Amino acid sequence: MSDELDRVPDTEPVRDPGLPEHQYRPTDVDAAQDKRAERQISGMFAVAALLLVGFCVGYIMIDKDQTFLGWSAMNFTLGATLGGALLLMGVGIIQWAKKLMGDHEMVELRHPAGSTAEDRADTLKDLNDGINESGFGRRPMIRRTLFLSMGALALPSVILLRDMGPLPYGHKNTLWKKGMRVVNDVAGTPIKPSDLQVGQLVNAEPAIMYEKDKDGHPVIEGTELLQEKSKAAVIVVRMRPEDITPDKGRENWGVDGILCYSKICTHVGCPISLWEQQTHHLLCPCHQSTFDLADNGKVVFGPAHRPLPQLPLAVDADGYLIAVSDFTEVVGPSYPELARDQKRLDDKS
Amino acid sequence: MSTIDESTNIEDTAFGKKAAGPVEWLDDRLGLAGASKRSHLLRKVFPEHWSFMLGEIALWSFVVLLLTGTFLTFWYQPSMAETTYNGSYTPLNGLEMSHAYASTLDISFDVRGGLLIRQIHHWAAALFVAAMIVHMLRVMFTGAYRKPREINWLIGIGLMVLGLVEGFAGYSLPDDLLSGTGLRFVDGLLRSIPIVGSYLEFFLFGGEFPGDVIIPRLYMAHILLIPALLLGLIGAHMLLLVYHKHTQWGGPGRTEKNVVGYPMLPVYAAKAGGFFFVVFGFTAIMGAVLQINPIWAYGPYNPSEVTAGSQPDWYMGFVEGAVRIMPNFESTFFNYTWSWNVFLPAAILPGLFLGVGVMWPFLEQWITGDKREHHLLERPRNAPFRTAFIVAAMTAYGVLWIGGGNDIIATKFHLSLNAITWFCRIGLFVLPVITFMITKRICIGLQRADANRILHGYETGVIERSPDGGFAERHAPLPVGSQFTLTNHDRLPALEAPPETDANGVAAPHGRKAKLRAKVRAFYYDGMIDKPTVEDVHHADEHLRDHDGHPVELGDEFQGVSETGVPRVH
Ligand code: HEM
Ligand code: FES
Repeated sequence: MSDELDRVPDTEPVRDPGLPEHQYRPTDVDAAQDKRAERQISGMFAVAALLLVGFCVGYIMIDKDQTFLGWSAMNFTLGATLGGALLLMGVGIIQWAKKLMGDHEMVELRHPAGSTAEDRADTLKDLNDGINESGFGRRPMIRRTLFLSMGALALPSVILLRDMGPLPYGHKNTLWKKGMRVVNDVAGTPIKPSDLQVGQLVNAEPAIMYEKDKDGHPVIEGTELLQEKSKAAVIVVRMRPEDITPDKGRENWGVDGILCYSKICTHVGCPISLWEQQTHHLLCPCHQSTFDLADNGKVVFGPAHRPLPQLPLAVDADGYLIAVSDFTEVVGPSYPELARDQKRLDDKS
Repeated sequence: MSTIDESTNIEDTAFGKKAAGPVEWLDDRLGLAGASKRSHLLRKVFPEHWSFMLGEIALWSFVVLLLTGTFLTFWYQPSMAETTYNGSYTPLNGLEMSHAYASTLDISFDVRGGLLIRQIHHWAAALFVAAMIVHMLRVMFTGAYRKPREINWLIGIGLMVLGLVEGFAGYSLPDDLLSGTGLRFVDGLLRSIPIVGSYLEFFLFGGEFPGDVIIPRLYMAHILLIPALLLGLIGAHMLLLVYHKHTQWGGPGRTEKNVVGYPMLPVYAAKAGGFFFVVFGFTAIMGAVLQINPIWAYGPYNPSEVTAGSQPDWYMGFVEGAVRIMPNFESTFFNYTWSWNVFLPAAILPGLFLGVGVMWPFLEQWITGDKREHHLLERPRNAPFRTAFIVAAMTAYGVLWIGGGNDIIATKFHLSLNAITWFCRIGLFVLPVITFMITKRICIGLQRADANRILHGYETGVIERSPDGGFAERHAPLPVGSQFTLTNHDRLPALEAPPETDANGVAAPHGRKAKLRAKVRAFYYDGMIDKPTVEDVHHADEHLRDHDGHPVELGDEFQGVSETGVPRVH
């Protein structure tokens, strides 16, 4: 065999000694070893079959709620029997291949991946015959109009996608408006300033999300509710009034040091949740953008660019927190038309 | 089980006699025997090496995904319509949630074996992507993508991208709090795409986030579109593999012109087939004892809630990290908002990784000018630039990954989030350069060690005393097979400067390009050690003999050396 492979050029420092001699395995030379391997392998297959029966027994006998080491007993039993059986079958087959099947290495010659020049010429001739018979080259008018129509085929395929969704309408008002009560997001109860201690943070929503119509159905529910939540969710925090440094025009947006901000991160829209009382910082759990709530929600760290929009607060006649208006800034993650929409909001106020 | 004796042909067994009719019927119509003979399929030779199993792990975990995924479709309901949960998992009873989430809870708690299959499916997905990535690294580190396998490399890249998208789509289907948070991220990413962002968002989500169509749409992609593409590409990947024949490691009798190994039938088929059971069994055991994605603990999706420490599946970690460490750039041009803080890390950076992946085989070919076919794998040390480049890319990936876990690292090790972020920001640019240089030096050091082993043999550990009283360790030559293995690779090409002018003295066309190429080429080969020449080896061989010209005698205690020249210890 080695002379056939012995084509190493003379510039090579070491000649190819050719394939080493075949090494016989213990199972090739010792009948007892061979028998033992055979028994081992069949043993694995037999145990696998038993485990699979065990799988069925477990499926029928085990109760759904039974636990095993605090873990679903059903899940454990089914997985262990199935996995064990599969592993035994796999290992058995591989052992069979390794220990008992013929293990003489074979040599196959490679050929260049490309076709021979002759094959290329023949195929090219066939191609040309075909093209010439079609008259593709001789009839430019047909050819061009064919290409035209093929190109035009793109039109329906694109236009058909038009109804995937409505055209983007940019920033729409959130549910907040003048007089809308701020309610906590667990039970929908309205919040009095006295309910909040300094340093405390409450997750809140507009009261309309908890209102029912006269038949007892929620006014807003399902998908619409989720869409509105993803814009209107807020957090209400109480800080010491002297710590707060409101921007011009925002001096009256709080009630006794209670401020309200959008809960939706201006980065990519995670609900923000981690509040550090001492620093007045609010941290987004998704990419750690940090906003300073004592300083108008400005970004102090992280990938978010815009400050958290602030909702101006007041109290109504019953002493509950209400919104003075909708947000004056676009809430949620940025989008291409944001600059335009923000300008519109600015013009309005 | 009746065994077929080696001397018995299948057509003479009872089974063979029964099967003869149907087989003939089939062959009369399909001509299978002829096709199989022409392609040598049944006895096709496959070389062996542990690293060739990595692609197989990807292949078999994909099959496991198809099997378990089909099971899940019997119960899963891709609907975002609301329902009130009323199942076996009492903590969530009475809660409003989507059918998607409720049906995933049902699979986990009310369908027997449902939780197991769900967990196997998820583990297999993680394994699938991991195996694909490691397989790709092995293909890259060994130069297996070189001519004629560039197209298979490209198919591989396609598989990888599709694999990631498939994984993400599947992860989103349960509509739990964690997967919804992932979708919110996609929403933010789409919005950040300049000019058309809002259109993409509204068209994908069917309106404002979250809408009620994204889950059915992802479901279609997850169980039809992407698996069909994956299946087609995997088929093409395997066909090309068979056509090119697998690469092999060089060694005695293993050359560029042949392939040495075991025939498809029986050994390779048995090993590969057996391996399928091993992969399936392994993922089943994982599903039995390791919890993954316990969606009932997260609750239904609610855009105003989030769990702290939200993490995507591991393979999205590098994008997550890039997004986290990106400075908060955003600008307004032409009345449009440009969210660089999201668009650059989440769209451009992965695109960059992808672009380098797609271009790599062609870039390397352009640098080396090597247009030959390669069927022998290259040891990483013998391609120091390539190896160092991959390690640099892996370093960048690793830094991003660390960035993706910055909150977890900060709390676990009591470090400042700020510090980790800055470490990643700087590290992303500095560390790859450092690891590039270190890796290159290591490769070259290993090349030198190889040359030494060929020329000076290996150290036997026997100390000799020379007549004049000096002590020296006796060296013995490597077995010729090992010597051959170590030298069985390309010699360095001569690096000539490109001609400034052509034969007629006119400035050469593409002069600037040629100069650039010469520079890159010089850098590519910089510092590499060439293998010994014929004379070197001849000379060294004489040196390793004793005074009478006999090969050095080795005591019985020497067990020789391994294939790569490392002395065996006994
Ligand atoms: C669905 C995912 C994939 C599957 C199921 C898969 C499967 C396989 C298998 C079974 C082999 C032969 C065994 C081996 O060499 O490991 C192989 C070879 C190969 N794969 Fe993949 N692979 C996948 C993804 C990739 C990726 C991501 C790349 C690179 C971008 C890639 C590039 C290659 C190349 C170039 C070969 C030929 C290697 C050689 O002949 O040495 N594959 N693949
Ligand atoms: S979503 Fe808040 S930091 Fe990214």
